[in-house]
Amino acid sequence: MGYVAVKGGADAIHQAQELVEFYRVRAETPPIAVEQIRTQLRLSVDKVIGEGGLYAPEYAAIALKQSEGEVFEAAFILRAFITTLERRHYSETLDTREMFVRRKISASFREIPGGQVLGPTRDYTQRILDTAKVDETLEDMQAFLAKFVSSAGSAGIATFGKVIDLLRREGLLAGVGNNEDTTLKDITREAIRFPAPRSARLQMMARAETGGLMALGYSSLRGFGNTHPTVGELRYGTVPVRVKDPFGRVRYIGKIEVTEAEMVTSAKVSKKRQAPLYAIGYGLCFGQNDTKAINMGILDRAMRSPDGKSPATDSEFVLYHTEGVEAMGFTNHLKLPHYVTFQAGLSNVREAIKRAGAQTVEVS
Amino acid sequence: MIENKKYSRRYNFAFIDESTKKEIRRKLLKAVAIPGYQVPYSSPEMPISRGWGTGGLHVTLAIIGREDVFKIIDQGSDASVNACNLREFVESMTGCKTTYDTREATIIQTRHRITEEVLEDHQIFVFQVPQPEPLRGVERYEYKTRLMHGEADYAKMWVSLYESFVQHGDIMLGAGYPVKVNGRYIMAPSPIPRWDVPNLNHARTLYLFGAGREKRLYAVPPHTTVEPLEFEDVLFKIEKFGLPCAKTGYRKAFLDELFLDDGSKEYVINDSNFMDKMELGMDVQQFVNPYLQKIVE
Repeated sequence: MGYVAVKGGADAIHQAQELVEFYRVRAETPPIAVEQIRTQLRLSVDKVIGEGGLYAPEYAAIALKQSEGEVFEAAFILRAFITTLERRHYSETLDTREMFVRRKISASFREIPGGQVLGPTRDYTQRILDTAKVDETLEDMQAFLAKFVSSAGSAGIATFGKVIDLLRREGLLAGVGNNEDTTLKDITREAIRFPAPRSARLQMMARAETGGLMALGYSSLRGFGNTHPTVGELRYGTVPVRVKDPFGRVRYIGKIEVTEAEMVTSAKVSKKRQAPLYAIGYGLCFGQNDTKAINMGILDRAMRSPDGKSPATDSEFVLYHTEGVEAMGFTNHLKLPHYVTFQAGLSNVREAIKRAGAQTVEVS
Repeated sequence: MIENKKYSRRYNFAFIDESTKKEIRRKLLKAVAIPGYQVPYSSPEMPISRGWGTGGLHVTLAIIGREDVFKIIDQGSDASVNACNLREFVESMTGCKTTYDTREATIIQTRHRITEEVLEDHQIFVFQVPQPEPLRGVERYEYKTRLMHGEADYAKMWVSLYESFVQHGDIMLGAGYPVKVNGRYIMAPSPIPRWDVPNLNHARTLYLFGAGREKRLYAVPPHTTVEPLEFEDVLFKIEKFGLPCAKTGYRKAFLDELFLDDGSKEYVINDSNFMDKMELGMDVQQFVNPYLQKIVE
């Protein structure tokens, strides 16, 4: 029914859906188990839970499978899934001093309490294409595991004091001034408004797209801004999550993996003779994602000293445009038909051209 | 044996959880109470891309009941791909009846058009809005535009209209022509063509606007004054097509410009349901406005 330029919409979208499924399975390779994705594509899963804003590694793995490994799409699927869930509790504040540390490094001190722990990282490996992975078998994995576990022993996981606590004890950190808005907002329950309190800014960045944060964080380092922070401490590990039960008792409900970055920069001094203290830029995200936590730290710091010139110091600019799910949706919406809106502009332009007496080229 | 129900989920009626729906309805009430004012709201993620009608969906899903009859159009057409996808989603999440018939529908969701057929007081018309801020073109910061609305400081907007006239001899705004609602707020009527703008004024139906990505809701209640911005001597105009519809010979409807295989051009009625009714020779009641009345059949 109906005469339109693009007809048979319902039919077309079903066919496209079938076709994309065909592309996913057509090579008839063995199906990837969700468990394999969760464990062997660990860092993709971490990105998806972080950008999706839902700590559900297993669901993230399903989403990755369903989206043929498209991280944006998978994060988006998790976000949509959140909408169906009722919000029952807010957790108690996480204390990362309680973190069971798997990795912690500080660039600002040679030694820190508990020492530098590199942990699982590819930072100091040569990025050489490992063609031996082609022939990897389960036996290879098991052989590696047997060897690794026997040699590594179980040094155990421990909690450590934090570098910023050292700085604070020394009186080197600038306190939070009266100008800082410390209201606690929940950006999933109400739209962000500007000027946004730091709680809202950090929440937005915790769900932001890693690449977007990286681009702006990098711009701030490279020349569009003058932050060049030092990694005070970067840690990755698990932290306990607790909620209050109806009787007001605090209950442990599980643990989550997070990466936390505390970037040390010199604080902006407004008055003459004021001491040049240090300030912290803070980053925290789900899973292991150094890039995201570090850039979040850079931007947190940058946004607290807006200079009116650098994009990275402009909260509206940073927060609206690093929101991956929204950015992806809107830039892709240009694919939708716009012929009505185009027509509305067209008649204006035609008349303006006529008024200007411009010659239009006739093509026969 | 204990059944594993981990992966067998049923979705709530209309997908969104009840407390969030309630929040959206409250914000809608506020929007109705302050015509043209943009109310911030939670804007939960939908399984539809941001910028593809999520705001419209939030409104529809928050207000829809089991008895409602749902119609959705995109660029005037019921058969457009995105409209089909959203229709299917609403249908599967609510079980509500869907229709192409403008008259039969109780909730009509739209992208960038108002139907040619007049809307009645029992109907609710829901717009999908990509950019709710009419001042965004003259002021990039949200923080500042909210101040400007608060103080009814629309000088920049008027200056931009004037500049457009000086430079091009006319106000060059096409779709989404800014309007003043109830003598107070300047509002972006979603990018509907100028053709549809007069139909917002003193309508019988309730118009609700949802901008999902930008997280704003606003409304034009029935019988509210909506005036397009114009100068005393430079007036608002609707689109002119020159030729009538090639299928029906009708002139008083918004037309699509089609380029045919031989390079020639013709116009046909844009509103698919209106077109069908015209072709079947049915009696359709159209919106009445002074701009339409000036068109000579």
